[in-house]
Amino acid sequence: MTLLEGQKGNFYRVVQVRERESVQRRLEALGILEGTKLEILNHKKNGSTIIKVRGTRWAMGRKIAGGIEVEECSDE
Amino acid sequence: MSDDRIQVAFVGNPNCGKTTLFNALTGANLKVANWPGVTVEKKTGVANYKGQKMNLVDLPGIYSLTSYSIEETVSRNCVMEDDIDVIVNVVDASSLERNLYLTMQLLELGKPVILALNMMDIVKERGMEIDMHRLPEVLGEIPVVPVSARQRRGLNVLLHAVKHHYEEEVHGPVVRYSAQLEEKISQLEELTANQYPDLNFRRWTAIKYLERDPQTMHQYPLEGAEKIADRSYEKEIINQKYDYIEEVIEETLFYRGNKEDKTDKVDRILTHPVWGVPVFLGIMALVFFFTFTIGDALKGVFEVGLDRLLSFMSVFLTDLHASDWVISLVVDGIISGVGGILTFLPNIFILFLALGILEDSGYMARVAYVMDGIMGKVGLSGKAFLPMVLGFGCTVPAVMASRTLESEKDRRRTILLTPFMSCSARLPIYVLFSSIFFPHAAMFVAFSLYVIGMGMAILIAKISSKISRGENDGTLLIELPEYKMPNARTIAIYVWEKVKDYLTKAGTTIFVASIIIWFILNFNAGGMVTDVKESFGAMLGHWLEPILAPAGLGMWQIAVALISGLSAKEVVVSSFSVLFGVNNVNSAVGMSSMAAALEQFGFGPVNAYALMIFCLLYTPCMATIGTVKKESNSTKFTVFVICFQLLLAYVASVLVYQVGSLLF
Repeated sequence: MTLLEGQKGNFYRVVQVRERESVQRRLEALGILEGTKLEILNHKKNGSTIIKVRGTRWAMGRKIAGGIEVEECSDE
Repeated sequence: MSDDRIQVAFVGNPNCGKTTLFNALTGANLKVANWPGVTVEKKTGVANYKGQKMNLVDLPGIYSLTSYSIEETVSRNCVMEDDIDVIVNVVDASSLERNLYLTMQLLELGKPVILALNMMDIVKERGMEIDMHRLPEVLGEIPVVPVSARQRRGLNVLLHAVKHHYEEEVHGPVVRYSAQLEEKISQLEELTANQYPDLNFRRWTAIKYLERDPQTMHQYPLEGAEKIADRSYEKEIINQKYDYIEEVIEETLFYRGNKEDKTDKVDRILTHPVWGVPVFLGIMALVFFFTFTIGDALKGVFEVGLDRLLSFMSVFLTDLHASDWVISLVVDGIISGVGGILTFLPNIFILFLALGILEDSGYMARVAYVMDGIMGKVGLSGKAFLPMVLGFGCTVPAVMASRTLESEKDRRRTILLTPFMSCSARLPIYVLFSSIFFPHAAMFVAFSLYVIGMGMAILIAKISSKISRGENDGTLLIELPEYKMPNARTIAIYVWEKVKDYLTKAGTTIFVASIIIWFILNFNAGGMVTDVKESFGAMLGHWLEPILAPAGLGMWQIAVALISGLSAKEVVVSSFSVLFGVNNVNSAVGMSSMAAALEQFGFGPVNAYALMIFCLLYTPCMATIGTVKKESNSTKFTVFVICFQLLLAYVASVLVYQVGSLLF
């Protein structure tokens, strides 16, 4: 599943980032890479998503959110 | 620059408080706000600590030392190439984990680094604790100084650290990579040492080679490196850096209890999937409501003052036996023009106060998220909406803020849109003409122009996305900062700078424009004229009358006012007062005499609305044109912007006037 299918308020672990190389590098620099745990804070119908990673909130567009493959994980 | 000065660079993530710290240390008044990307250019200042002078450089915020956007390149080049002695790495202590990534990269440069831990108050508030003894140990014994830029705490300690640390030996590498990577790094370091004996950043260069960083590979081509860096090891390098950071965090950061974040609570409303957009529109409507009502309430004071000045000056000059033309110049030219503009100061003040509070609260970044859907429909990311909101204040910084967008195409498209957001200079035009011609619905009429401007921007974005196939739908990526109580000092600086700009403009551009207008109204080739109709101004304006007639603006005075408005949009108002000899244009008396003067020409509400539409849309002021040229780096594009807006304004105002005349 990708972030787009995630539930608001749940925790996920990044499995893979499937995006253009440049976007991938960018996300990595922000600390969003394989194995990173994140929480989905908000979702909009058009796919814009707010996540919390390493104590920081990020707003991302549909395309980027759809390129982040995740699996569910627990809060701790 | 003298040699004994220490060169200090402020580097850090966006929105971590570099500029606030820089202002506090240098006494500068650079703009700060609570959203990522406020600083887009590098700025320098001077600080003095116990006789040691330091040159401080404030840089745009960056997340890493790669170069994806203009700001990142600016910062990276400055740190690497300029003779920076010390790097002050400003860190938002409340998101230490993410901030430390850049720190790790800076440490790899091998230059002295000082960690300035900012926003410690938020750390405390959230029930977090940072082990201040352990942190320097795991970061290679660099000085770690807790500071509060907003409350100006820890500043001397920081300067002390700068003074003493810059000569110290730098300790060995902090992050140790896997054996395989370290092996490659030392091989590459050796190659670099042989081929570039003068290069200081050997470990850094070696690591960048392993990441196959294009800038490094281009700048320092390394023979024999291909075999060692046989592919990009960037992923491993990033991963291992973060692994180390996780260790650091585990050892130094402690949570006490888990209070629910205030920010999350507020966000539940402000970024609500359904209510987000209405809330934003409501907030903007409120901003303009205050601008009009409170601004108008304060206006009276200025009017009385201006009236007193006017009568005082005429009496004073008559007493001095000044010649008629001097009295005319001062009273009809300068005071009518400049003074008229000054009475709008309360409106401008309130507008910027409101925008300042919005920017400092942390809401701006949310606007990018909230508007992402709508902007996506026109092929732009929500981030492009930030320059547009700034455009309500002034188009010049708005155009510059388009730098935060990554693709050149998006930047151009955003630059094209920003002038349609009604800037504060257009506010006096709206206030004046809507109060004169729509006394019962003045605020509504003025607000309609803001809405039309935004609608026009969206429409043009839609059309331009059809033409240039914008694909940046859904690629928004922006940090949402913590909400903060807007800081009185920050807001005061912000508003004061804007008010100062406005006053400066009144004293320079508008002053000169008023004199010029007065001159061309009172003179022709034969000298001073008694009948205005024979003046230069009338001759020039008459020539344009037939062109402007279909828009209901076929009066030579309007032609002159519109042309002069290219210097600054407020000049349209000051020119009107000079042209019609109205002395205190923003007062009740002034408005009625202006209305009476215009009525003679059959100029009514429909004409006034067409005029306001024209002023909303037509070619932006010189300062904006200059900025567009600088930011787009293209004369062709700049000329296009000028012509496009002029044509659009003409077509739109003709349409408004013709349709309006049929209806009313």
